[in-house]
Amino acid sequence: MTIAADPKQWVDRYADYLYSYALARLDNEEQARDLVQETFLAALEKLDQFRGGSTERTWLTAILKYKVIDVYRKKSSGLRAEQIDHAPEVEFFEAENGHWKEAYAPQVLGVENEDPLAHKELATILQKCLQKLPVLWHSIFSMKHMDEMATETICQEMKVTQSNFWVIIHRAKLNLRACIQKAWG
Amino acid sequence: MGVIKKIQYNCRHATYLIEKRQHTSLSIKERIQLAIHLSGCSVCRLFQRQSRIINRVAKALFQRSASQRHTLDDTFKREMQDRINEKLSE
Repeated sequence: MTIAADPKQWVDRYADYLYSYALARLDNEEQARDLVQETFLAALEKLDQFRGGSTERTWLTAILKYKVIDVYRKKSSGLRAEQIDHAPEVEFFEAENGHWKEAYAPQVLGVENEDPLAHKELATILQKCLQKLPVLWHSIFSMKHMDEMATETICQEMKVTQSNFWVIIHRAKLNLRACIQKAWG
Repeated sequence: MGVIKKIQYNCRHATYLIEKRQHTSLSIKERIQLAIHLSGCSVCRLFQRQSRIINRVAKALFQRSASQRHTLDDTFKREMQDRINEKLSE
């Protein structure tokens, strides 16, 4: 038995959920609101494609998910070359042998234990540091860690090569860690 | 510089491998390079610990934001409902 879609109920049932989903990823109320609207309208266009194999919410969320990715892609399209070519590793490491430069070498922060209170503080700092990342790096980091998307999918959607992907993952973490260390001390 | 020495000093490459390994399997060569490097570099061992903690904290952060319930205003909902009703009756 297939479940029929019931568009008349969508707003009541899913608007808030979809809005929360978009807001968690975009951090912009107006943008999130727009995407919810776009999602419902796009879903109406492809009503006949809803097979009832998943729930309505899953189906609508999938449509929204790709709209979020579109926003990531658009936001990071400017300064693209900079975000791929800009190389912080050059700053952190010695050019000749790749060794940590003394000024940038990780120091013990005291968060390496499992203290939940320290982790709470760390979360606040991490949030700020994430916002400082170039948009492309932030988007890819989120897609990996928040949505746990497959590497291939991220590369496809964000139009980066696999090797660029690993470079970005590397740089994002180097930056985040350095940013945290700076804020912690 | 010998091959081993090169690996021992190259923290840039080691940290790259540390990150890569969190998301995919490394090649045999990469695994050996990383093992050699980490056995002699306490700084990169520290980096690895911190990197994993960042992942954990990021995940908790994301989960928290994902579970936050935001609500849309009634005006939006009414307008949205109207648009849907309109489209359905076309």
